[in-house]
Amino acid sequence: MSEVAPVTATSRPSAPRASARTAGGVILAVDHISLAFGGVKALTDISFDVREHEIRAIIGPNGAGKSSMLNVINGVYRPQHGTITFRGVPRHDVNTHEAAAQGIARTFQNIALFKGMSVLDNIMTGRNLRMKATFVEQALWIGRARNEELANRHKVEEIIDFLEIQHIRRTPVGRLPYGLQKRVELARALAAEPVLLLLDEPMAGMNVEEKQDMCRFILDVNEQYGTTIVLIEHDMGVVMDISDRVVVLDYGKKIGDGVPADVRANQAVIDAYLGVAH
Amino acid sequence: MLYREAGQFKTSYLADSAIFPIRQDRIGIALILAIAFVGVPLVATPYFFSAILIPFLILSLAAIGLNILTGYAGQLSLGSAAFMAVGAFASFNFIARIPGIPMLVAFAAGGLVAAAVGIVFGLPSLRIRGFYLAVATLAAQFFIIWFLTKVPWVTNYNASGVITAQPIVILGYRFDSPPAKYLLVLSIVALMALAAKNMTRGNLGRKWMAIRDMDVAAEVIGIPQMRTKLLAFAVSSFYCGVAGALFAYAYLGTVEPEAYNLDLSFRILFMVIIGGVGTILGSFLGSAFIVLTPIVLNTTVTWLDAHTPVHIPASAGSNLEVVVFGVLIIAFLILEPHGLARLWSIGKEKLRLWPFPH
Repeated sequence: MSEVAPVTATSRPSAPRASARTAGGVILAVDHISLAFGGVKALTDISFDVREHEIRAIIGPNGAGKSSMLNVINGVYRPQHGTITFRGVPRHDVNTHEAAAQGIARTFQNIALFKGMSVLDNIMTGRNLRMKATFVEQALWIGRARNEELANRHKVEEIIDFLEIQHIRRTPVGRLPYGLQKRVELARALAAEPVLLLLDEPMAGMNVEEKQDMCRFILDVNEQYGTTIVLIEHDMGVVMDISDRVVVLDYGKKIGDGVPADVRANQAVIDAYLGVAH
Repeated sequence: MLYREAGQFKTSYLADSAIFPIRQDRIGIALILAIAFVGVPLVATPYFFSAILIPFLILSLAAIGLNILTGYAGQLSLGSAAFMAVGAFASFNFIARIPGIPMLVAFAAGGLVAAAVGIVFGLPSLRIRGFYLAVATLAAQFFIIWFLTKVPWVTNYNASGVITAQPIVILGYRFDSPPAKYLLVLSIVALMALAAKNMTRGNLGRKWMAIRDMDVAAEVIGIPQMRTKLLAFAVSSFYCGVAGALFAYAYLGTVEPEAYNLDLSFRILFMVIIGGVGTILGSFLGSAFIVLTPIVLNTTVTWLDAHTPVHIPASAGSNLEVVVFGVLIIAFLILEPHGLARLWSIGKEKLRLWPFPH
């Protein structure tokens, strides 16, 4: 089997992405992470790193452990072994709240928006860590309560402009079509002004135009804000086009790591996606 | 609607985040407050004050309390009446045991004791949710009422268990006429409703709703689940506690555990559901519905008996009221599960287009 791997079947011929930004030093290092749920080994001895300002993709067949990997990085799951080093600080596990405070934001595979709230309120919750007013100040609507509300609203409006969702500001998110909900979820993650953004299948279930929009937004976020992005995606065309480096997981093990062209040519990756005759 | 926001452009986020962004709404609420504070005391009869307005306002306050917990923070509770009882008995003890304590301070302190008890009974919410949490709060309802009945210290060793509430004296003025009590209750409820609105429209309200709608996502964006839930229990119980103290002092005139039974908890829950889950306005609408409907039904039955050939015996009449009331609640929940507040906003949207369908 030569160049006819399924990964190339959907990908457009593309040169490595020419970009103004330069990848910096290692911002996130995952070292020998193992995660098991009882007898099920979700992740086995996974190590990789993410450099500052890069777009790092995690790919793999269903059940490979991609989402588990993200859940370990931002503290939803606690791994049995291994360390995660974020911005030079090594840790074995962390709770989600600390991870958020350190500047890790994420979106979910199944949209996890707050359905009863408007788009504006949803995005404002992304900035909750920057609002320090006590509940007494809030009840009286004085001092920090009011000032923080206005200051953070400015930033949120910037993000709303950036993602072109001005017209749905006041709409309850439950009424929005799927593609827009995904965009609002990205907005909520961006509102936290994260250093590291984890995107779990940002383009799942989208049509071509929505995918193109989302790609554009991801690249813009990366270039304008310099945010480091780790993303899981199944559309190989998208992955090969926008990511700088790719990690491939299969059955909880790492089977490939490198620039898109290398990964595409990797025999183990091709086998994992196509299956092999035994 | 007879009016709309056309032509009212906002130039600051401050104006945009106002409670009533439309000028006509502001005029409307000012008018309602003026009528409530000035107009009503001029025309209402003592019966109207004591039997309708005062309980309506006090139960609205309790409904706001429960709405904060259930409507905003999503934690189902069946113990609101018990937290009201805690507020009433704590206020009674503060007044009885600390000579010269200002009445309003005693009410607030009663609310704080209720908040502390609320936090304790809110602890299970960190592990369980939904119906199971409702059962845990039901335990609060039974335990607290049992405690207040069985421990003589809290009733100041009163033999009958029904204590006459001390008269309300604030700054030397005795609030013993119905209009005076009404104005006192109205002032407290208006201020606390405003505070509730402020909490729920800001960051705190968004945190509560985030926990309600998707708790894992809320944690991931940095909302601490434990603190946020317990704060909701504390604030909610504070509102219930103050409402309970007012219920005893401004409405019943007695402090007794039996007034705060499970029946009252359910009535408050109905107010929240019928009024509108997660709205402050709905708490008032729901309270009005639950307080007024039995009275309207009663009057109707009496009128039918007296003025039409239909003869309804008194016993059948009171049963008929209960039946119709129950049917109304069920019909309501089927036809508009989101409550009166939703009906109000749907009505407003429809009227924007009326008489054209599009």
